[in-house]
Amino acid sequence: MRDRSFAPSRILIYLVVTLFAAAYLAPLVVVVLNSLRTNEEIAQGSMIGWPQHLAWGNYALAWSGFCVAETCAGIRPYVLNSALITIPATIFSTLLGAVAGYAVSLWRFRGDNWIYGIVTLGLFLPQQMRLLPWTIVLRDIGLINTLWGLVLIHTIQGLSFTVLFCRNYYIAIPHELIRAARIDGAGFFRIFWRIILPLSSPILIVTVIWQFTHIWNEFLYGVTFTTGQQQPVTAALIALSAAVADIPQHGVQSAAVIIAALPTLLIYLFGGRYFVRGLTAGAVK
Amino acid sequence: MIWVPLLLSAAHLISFSIWTIWISFTPSTLVPVSGWVGLRNYNAVLASRNWQIAFDNLLLFGIAFVLLSLVTGLVLAVLLEQRIRGENVLRTIFLYPLAVSFVVTGTVWSWLLNPGIGIEKLVHDLGWSSFHFDWLVNRDMAIWTIVIAAIWQSSGFAMALFLAGLRSVDADIIRAAQIDGAGPFRTYWRVILPTLWPITITVVVVQLQFAISAFDLVRALTNGGPGIATQLPALVVYDLMFQRSQLGRGAAAAVLMLLILLAVLLPYAAWRYVQRRQATHA
Repeated sequence: MRDRSFAPSRILIYLVVTLFAAAYLAPLVVVVLNSLRTNEEIAQGSMIGWPQHLAWGNYALAWSGFCVAETCAGIRPYVLNSALITIPATIFSTLLGAVAGYAVSLWRFRGDNWIYGIVTLGLFLPQQMRLLPWTIVLRDIGLINTLWGLVLIHTIQGLSFTVLFCRNYYIAIPHELIRAARIDGAGFFRIFWRIILPLSSPILIVTVIWQFTHIWNEFLYGVTFTTGQQQPVTAALIALSAAVADIPQHGVQSAAVIIAALPTLLIYLFGGRYFVRGLTAGAVK
Repeated sequence: MIWVPLLLSAAHLISFSIWTIWISFTPSTLVPVSGWVGLRNYNAVLASRNWQIAFDNLLLFGIAFVLLSLVTGLVLAVLLEQRIRGENVLRTIFLYPLAVSFVVTGTVWSWLLNPGIGIEKLVHDLGWSSFHFDWLVNRDMAIWTIVIAAIWQSSGFAMALFLAGLRSVDADIIRAAQIDGAGPFRTYWRVILPTLWPITITVVVVQLQFAISAFDLVRALTNGGPGIATQLPALVVYDLMFQRSQLGRGAAAAVLMLLILLAVLLPYAAWRYVQRRQATHA
């Protein structure tokens, strides 16, 4: 079983994995190919086919040409919205999570386990339980239908994950290190800055990748709390499919889908190891 | 100052939960109002056809999706564990759907499964004109399109956890089994796989949690249709809150979702607690 010879059983294994891999890649390949076919070409045949000639124009149209709900600026403004939501929310939630995780793991205080326990419950609480309160809160503070409203939501809710990740990482740092620094007169932030932060790059990468992927891909809050020109790209994609339902433009839509998926796909390709670490750390809680 | 973010996070979780639970007991419709209607919202939701279909769908979707993605994930993990070439590339392929939003996945699968432009059309064009694959627009089968897309998207997660589990099996146990005369297949079936059951439970719970709150994928793939054939609880909540302006009932449906989730999570938490106690006693 564990030898490397090419017995029939090994060939069978390779055959099965290859088939699986093909099935997993197929939807991506189909969309990439469609993004290079003209709308007419797709309409004549099916969604599955080889481009007759490469219609790069789809990308230009998807990026800044086609119309969603009376605005003909392509998907660009929505991609920009997603970036303006995702980048600040990722930075804020990661930084706050690192400080809070450091506080909970290395500066014990009364009730810290309780607070930490409640914060991690946020991993489980369905978003539907927070939709109405967020609606009311955002309206009261004037952030409904703004990008900053979504930044606020994702920062506060992201803390459940970022605190968990960082706390579980920092808990392994020997307490003696902190005690020695305190005897030398270093305070909370000085220790964080000088000792903890330099040790943190692996967990910060995991946290940033996790937060970026989740916030970029988020849909429910985006579609609930923003409309029209304020929507993130996930909500805009749905609006686009609805808008073109009568006259589908599958080539352009495919290009839009690729553009929307590209940021997280690239992060996954380059930081896959950290992505998987976040995935398993989030699961084993 | 340091505790502000933590306190804010903890406070929002508790207060928002209580807030939603409170709204579920009020006669709120377009805007939240005070007042007390007891269980009226809950009865209305539970009696509605929308919710009943959503709940039945959730049972079917939850069970089918979790079982099939477990099996797929386990098969992939066992295959990858056979020290095959190109393992890194394959693992990357099996996990990439997890990096993509459900909206994208749902949109793409809605094209592939659409009989007019997807797989059925392709097979027709290839000459097999009696071929039928219309699950997406077939009331009885549409829920299975969501199962397919969900498995495609997240069986890689089960694979990743199982693979980590397989890799951490104690080599001594395997050697002991081999000394006892167990063949490779028997060793696998009787010795290695049984060590995976705690991971299996974790995978089941995480996947069930996803199934219970599934929204984006369904919204993009079927939008609950045809008709309301693929309605799921999260869609009912959204529909009541933001399309029918029935805030009280929407909140009640959200609380019902939470209760379904607790029915999964509380036994899991109890099991984890017992496990941890046994570990410290051992």
